[in-house]
Amino acid sequence: MTQPVLLAGGVNVFKYAAPQTFYPLAGKLIPWFSWIAAALCAVGLYISFFVAPTDHQQGESYRIIFIHVPAAWMSMFIYVVMAFWAGVGLTFNTRLSHMMVSALAPTGALFTFVALWTGALWGKPTWGAWWVWDARLTSELVLLFLYFGFMALQAGIDDPRRADRAGAVLALVGVVNVPIIYFSVKWWNTLHQGASVSVTSAPTMATTMLTGMLVMALAAWMYAIAAALHRVRSIILEREHGSEWIRNYAGSQP
Amino acid sequence: MNWGSWNDFWMMGGYGLYVWGSYATTLVLIVAEIALLRMRRRAAQDALRQYTGAQ
Repeated sequence: MTQPVLLAGGVNVFKYAAPQTFYPLAGKLIPWFSWIAAALCAVGLYISFFVAPTDHQQGESYRIIFIHVPAAWMSMFIYVVMAFWAGVGLTFNTRLSHMMVSALAPTGALFTFVALWTGALWGKPTWGAWWVWDARLTSELVLLFLYFGFMALQAGIDDPRRADRAGAVLALVGVVNVPIIYFSVKWWNTLHQGASVSVTSAPTMATTMLTGMLVMALAAWMYAIAAALHRVRSIILEREHGSEWIRNYAGSQP
Repeated sequence: MNWGSWNDFWMMGGYGLYVWGSYATTLVLIVAEIALLRMRRRAAQDALRQYTGAQ
């Protein structure tokens, strides 16, 4: 058993590492994250279409940025979170960590696909091509294959414990691709433009455009949390059906 | 205000296909994911009920 670790406030962090305590907590959190996501999305879309001005170079086509960039950020961020929980799962052998990795993968794949799809629809009017094999686009496509590979690997192994370990190794090995995606526009000559927003320099875009993009990114983040929590609850039900707490849970449900 | 009329809004300065193609696809995928999440939850609950009922 893990030694209980007490935070300053006296909250036992490992208490929530057990599926039976995490399950109801996640259930309470999902509506909050869902409603915050919906509200941020409404505000973000309003700014994106009615407040942010027309771009003087790209006209209205630039409005794709309000989903393209948040989706691309989330595609990378979700993978890093997956790799983190995969590492925790392999180190501490915690069931819930592995379930969280599985719960994040489909949502990560969704955002990766959206980033590629909106990129193609933006590339055509801007570059004259739906697709080019430049470093940024290619490494993002590799990310999509990593998500699909993870899901196929887990689906292909019957024993859940073995599927967890194999998936976790893939998630950890694949994480090297994330910095490659992020820095690809610096390391190679890419048709894809460099970062408009970075932590080290002032953003090179209008404030209202930046605000719209950040609000949409927050909405995507809240949505991803809600979706992952919802999926992990289903995974808990699927996997823990033999345990006593879940039989009591099933008995108490109409 | 960026748009003189609804028609202007849907035209997106001639980029309607690209802009709305992006937003519509994203919307469809998110709606599909929410539907799949709900189906998976219902299936998991049904399986659990059968499992505990059979005991």
